[in-house]
Amino acid sequence: MSFDAVLSAHPPERLAQRAECATAADVERALAGPAVDLDGFLALISPAAAPHLEDLAARAQAVTRERFGRVIQLYAPLYLSNECTNGCVYCGFNRANPVRRATLTPEQVDDEAGALWGEGFRNVLLVSGEAPRVVSPAYLEQVAGQLHRRFASVGIEVYPLDEGGYARLVAAGVDSLTVYQETYDPELYARVHPSGPKADYRWRLGAPARGAAAGMRRVGIGALLGLGPWRLEATAVALHALWLQRRYWETQVCVSFPRLRAAAGGIAPPHPVSDRDLVQLACALRLLLPDAGLVLSTREEPRFRDGLAPVCITHMSAGSRTEPGGYTHPEEAEGQFQVEDRRSPAEVSARLAGLGIEPVWKDWDAAFLDREVGASGGDGKPCASL
Amino acid sequence: MPPTPATDPLVIAGRTFGSRLLMGTGKFSGPRVMADALEASGTEIVTVALRRVDLTRPDEDILAHVDRERYLLLPNTSGARDAGEAVRLARLARASGLSSWVKLEVTPDPRYLLPDPVETLRAAEALVAEGFTVLPYIGADPVLAKHLEEAGTATVMPLGSPIGSGRGLRTRDAVGIIVETCRVPVVVDAGLGVPSHAAAAMELGADAVLVNTAVAVARDPVAMAAAFRKGVEAGRQAYLAGRSPVLPEARASSPLTGFLRDEP
Repeated sequence: MSFDAVLSAHPPERLAQRAECATAADVERALAGPAVDLDGFLALISPAAAPHLEDLAARAQAVTRERFGRVIQLYAPLYLSNECTNGCVYCGFNRANPVRRATLTPEQVDDEAGALWGEGFRNVLLVSGEAPRVVSPAYLEQVAGQLHRRFASVGIEVYPLDEGGYARLVAAGVDSLTVYQETYDPELYARVHPSGPKADYRWRLGAPARGAAAGMRRVGIGALLGLGPWRLEATAVALHALWLQRRYWETQVCVSFPRLRAAAGGIAPPHPVSDRDLVQLACALRLLLPDAGLVLSTREEPRFRDGLAPVCITHMSAGSRTEPGGYTHPEEAEGQFQVEDRRSPAEVSARLAGLGIEPVWKDWDAAFLDREVGASGGDGKPCASL
Repeated sequence: MPPTPATDPLVIAGRTFGSRLLMGTGKFSGPRVMADALEASGTEIVTVALRRVDLTRPDEDILAHVDRERYLLLPNTSGARDAGEAVRLARLARASGLSSWVKLEVTPDPRYLLPDPVETLRAAEALVAEGFTVLPYIGADPVLAKHLEEAGTATVMPLGSPIGSGRGLRTRDAVGIIVETCRVPVVVDAGLGVPSHAAAAMELGADAVLVNTAVAVARDPVAMAAAFRKGVEAGRQAYLAGRSPVLPEARASSPLTGFLRDEP
């Protein structure tokens, strides 16, 4: 059964209603059990669970420590382009926004990568708007290949591709894919994505599965919180993660919970998500998905990041610039969203250490994907940083 | 006389070790506490995930905190999904001068990290043929253990329960068969949550155990490392001492037939 069919068979709005009317007894049962299933998750994101937030956080922290230890992986986004053919109402890259546009040449990508390497990063996430004429699959393949020779891990967060396109990127050295559905509500999706290829809800919905089928080792999903009622979106994300785990058992699922922020020409979030809501959601996800990576970006402010990180987070970005070229030539192009945590990677790293968490810069190796590397390590100089 | 490293050493691939506790290096809150825990454990073999190793940052890399004069570095292929990936990583490690010993881990399932028996055997055969000293992480499968032994691995390392789960020696019966049937050292790896779990494995006749999460995420990792050291030593001593038999019902200490006299 496709995930689309799963959503039809188990409409998130019906499930989310169960979350709205869960009782204190449901919450206590979920917290008392050895494992949390979908019913338990719905209880844990319910209004009835709000008074139990401290217990929920304690359980989430224990599960995270058992599975991942006291470590957090650091990564940096590398924005390739802010050119875009979409009209997403919440996004700074919206084609109608009169902002400075740029697409990095492969040489400029190398410059940006060099800056990130110098900061200590070994995991990079390539990000781009949707402009396939300038950021073509061939371009992505080229820049992924050049970064793969240098970085331990290369991920992508770009417009949806078909399975063959993802397979080419895997062959070029990409190991992880991030595609946020933004909203799982088709009607709301249509309203906030009125034009451009991104208006195709189902094509985007199927992208994580296509990536997993193509051999991506990690697949990241999420909803842009604030667009729709968060319990509804959380329920759909949970269903999506569970479905991906079952179907693509060799792929690690990661979940992010980006909150809508102000952007050029953007909108105020119609359904604001409070800090307490977000903590409740993150902790409930941890208990439902003990093995999932949970990602927290610089969209959130330092105080919140420092608070949530030791509870259930496994991956964090640091020092992010959301405009192409931002690490070497800041502010020559417009960013996608406002970065709230402006601390340097070194400052974030030191803060994590102070919180009793080891910041991990490298937890993957390019050699995993290098089919062509022979007994001597290819050219004798392993492209892996190992 | 309790056994001492001199009278009862662990021998792997011809090399002698005084400690029967192998330690992992993941999940610690920082390098200092990791180094202190290694010391407190008394270990002589320390495994490091190759995917964590970054030779481009020698001063900050995890290896900078593992004293290689003191510990045998045992690189592991954690993260490898098939034999090809594991073999490639092991080759890179050796080419980089790290070690020709390798803890072979092939875990295609990122959730429970259970080892793939088919790919593990395939990788072990390839690595042994290339001269590696191979210590494979496996499910507690006695037949697989024999196949690996015949392939020339230096040990077999059956799991007690899934990695990091702390559930203890859930595979007791199968590990018992492996201990009974294998000639290479048996190292119980994964799932041991408290020193009594380690002691139980050693009492059963395991030659050593490997511990990581239970120490790394304890409230006081250094104290827990010291406790595991004692658990391993106690379990080994008990095994050598020869336990009393397990009986289905009580047996009186005084013989029930003591009243009988020899008849003339």
